[in-house]
Amino acid sequence: MRHIISVLLENESGALARLVGLFAQRGYNIDSLTVAPTEDPTLSRLTLVTHGNDQVIEQITKQLHKLIEVVKLTDLSEAAHIERELMLVKVKAVGEQRDEVKRSADIFRGQIVDVSATTYTVQLVGTSDKLDAFIQALSGTQILEVVRSGVSGISRGEKTLAL
Amino acid sequence: MTSQSKHAEMLSGAAMVIRALADEGVEYVYGYPGGAVLHIYDALFQQNKVKHVLVRHEQAATHMADAYARATGKAGVVLVTSGPGATNAVTGIATAYMDSIPMVVLTGQVMSHLIGEDAFQETDMLGISRPIVKHNMSVRRPEDIPYLIKKAFYIAQSGRPGPVVLDIPKDMTIPSNKFPYHYPDEIKLRSYQPKLKGHSGQIKKAVSALLAAKKPVLYSGGGVIMGGAAAELTELAQYLNLPVTNTLMGLGAYPGEDKQFIGMLGMHGSYEANQAMHHADLILAVGARFDDRVTNNTKKFCPNATIIHIDIDPASISKTINAHIPIVGLVQPVLEEMLATVKQKKKKLDSSALEQWWQQINDWRAVHGGRYDTTSALLKPQHVIEQVSKITKGEAFVCSDVGQHQMFAAQYYKFNKPNRWINSGGLGTMGFGLPAAMGVKLNFPQADVVCVTGEGSIQMNIQELSTCKQYGLGVKIINLNNGYLGMVKQWQDMNYESRYASSYMDSLPDFIKLAEAYGHVGIRVTKPEELQPALQRAFVELKDQLVFLDIHIDPKEHVYPMQIPGGAVNEMFLSKTERT
Repeated sequence: MRHIISVLLENESGALARLVGLFAQRGYNIDSLTVAPTEDPTLSRLTLVTHGNDQVIEQITKQLHKLIEVVKLTDLSEAAHIERELMLVKVKAVGEQRDEVKRSADIFRGQIVDVSATTYTVQLVGTSDKLDAFIQALSGTQILEVVRSGVSGISRGEKTLAL
Repeated sequence: MTSQSKHAEMLSGAAMVIRALADEGVEYVYGYPGGAVLHIYDALFQQNKVKHVLVRHEQAATHMADAYARATGKAGVVLVTSGPGATNAVTGIATAYMDSIPMVVLTGQVMSHLIGEDAFQETDMLGISRPIVKHNMSVRRPEDIPYLIKKAFYIAQSGRPGPVVLDIPKDMTIPSNKFPYHYPDEIKLRSYQPKLKGHSGQIKKAVSALLAAKKPVLYSGGGVIMGGAAAELTELAQYLNLPVTNTLMGLGAYPGEDKQFIGMLGMHGSYEANQAMHHADLILAVGARFDDRVTNNTKKFCPNATIIHIDIDPASISKTINAHIPIVGLVQPVLEEMLATVKQKKKKLDSSALEQWWQQINDWRAVHGGRYDTTSALLKPQHVIEQVSKITKGEAFVCSDVGQHQMFAAQYYKFNKPNRWINSGGLGTMGFGLPAAMGVKLNFPQADVVCVTGEGSIQMNIQELSTCKQYGLGVKIINLNNGYLGMVKQWQDMNYESRYASSYMDSLPDFIKLAEAYGHVGIRVTKPEELQPALQRAFVELKDQLVFLDIHIDPKEHVYPMQIPGGAVNEMFLSKTERT
């Protein structure tokens, strides 16, 4: 099953390498990973998408906890949460395709953020499923490049992951 | 010098390293000098609180420090240079990591501005050591050195212990750059707060389950040894008359000669221990991690047992075997609280059920009982260990290498005290035994310290005979010489129709001459009747000297019992011709 694990990490050199190394060392999967400092520059917030059965996910969270630089973590997918991913897609846009791509982007509430004589670059924000669906919708178009940020997530309601 | 003062002493980074070690109470540092740590070695030279032990290969330094930690519970300290000095220490760091041994390893590094430029003797030690340490850090500013050293000791020794590497670029230790020195009393980290006491509700639940058991087994591991809980474990077991089995790492937690001790369990565990585990209705696992060398096939493991699991590391709980009643905490306070709760309840286990259970266990005991051929004209390794156990009254520090001899030592030496059985259980590091024995002997000069080894393992760190000469380390080397890599050969006998691919140790040295060349005494034993006089000479007449006993044993001997791969915990070969 897919899980979204959110981690507060000391913003120190080597901390991210240690965390990523743990996944490689113990054979866990990383489907996506995003990381950046928070409003407190000593802390990084990291969102990691992984999959595995309950036993594997339990081990992942326990092993992450053991890393000295991990301050706190939570499995967002255990409760109501919001997840977002950003995607930039560069597509071939000539002739009829130009209108077609524009229409699809509008339907998905994407924005065309760059234009050239033969290409459009579309920016789209949403859940990973929505981004997948948009790529599906472009099946008649020649996709030149896809860049996805990986998932960022946060709990709904008053629940927080903070010091 | 632990309080902050306006007039703090001004010290160089190099001097701070050594002063911090002294303030931490470190007596010995094990190491080997080289370019990147020369400032630190110069600071070592200019004081006399911290003493340095010069090994002949950095791996030996790590095993010496590791064995000191296993014998005392305190972190051992290693000092090596950058590049090859650091990489030579890697095997020893991994050995400590696998067995959760506290150790602080100071590695030199090239100057900060050269890092990343493939400088002479540069290697990314933080990257290399990351998967085999509890934590690692590098020095960015010389004034941070005291704090980082305190932090290294704190992390290494607290919670589930483990090795910590501190990488020190050479420019952090320049003698002329001085900074105010202050050694912190304690360290608090927001991201690391190991749990100490166990959850009282869980402890109560565990006690109720334990008191309701009809076929209980107490299974304890290395956590009880390093957690200093042998006394509490023994008291609880004796108060409730529980059968006790120890893992390879846990031997000595319960007296080996006591009737409630049913032997080691697992791959080469006793018949009765493995049978008792399989048929138990309750297993009280203390500081043990259900390692694959214990469980055999996890799907068939202990089918009827309720499992109580006490461990400091939450990640060890339900990792391979699901725990019904998990208790996270230090084993010593948890056992203490369990004992208090049991006594408060004024209740014991159903005595008739327990009596039946003991009857069954004693019947199992009679089946194999550690038997071996005592009529052979050849020396049997089991007999040698039994005799060493006798002459040292079960109180020696026994430092083992890895292989058949390690299993014979674990099975036939009767450990009556904790912290006396010192072996590489998790990583299985050949070459561990001699340096380990040296580390113990240096710190316990009056004690009998035995290195049980084989002609394969001993040659992996034999250069340390020179270090033994330099520091007068009178360890007794029991070289169980069968002319083969015995455990490899045993597997080749059992699984490869005796095709001995590279398991024959051809062109062995004359170990007697070798010992003598290093300035020690060597005694060769080739016949059974020569054993007693040789042991007498080594352990009594030449008490203070290093004696290398080269004991030629039956080359065909196998270690039994031996679990059948893929089977349940109690499915075993009992000899070359018998199985369960």
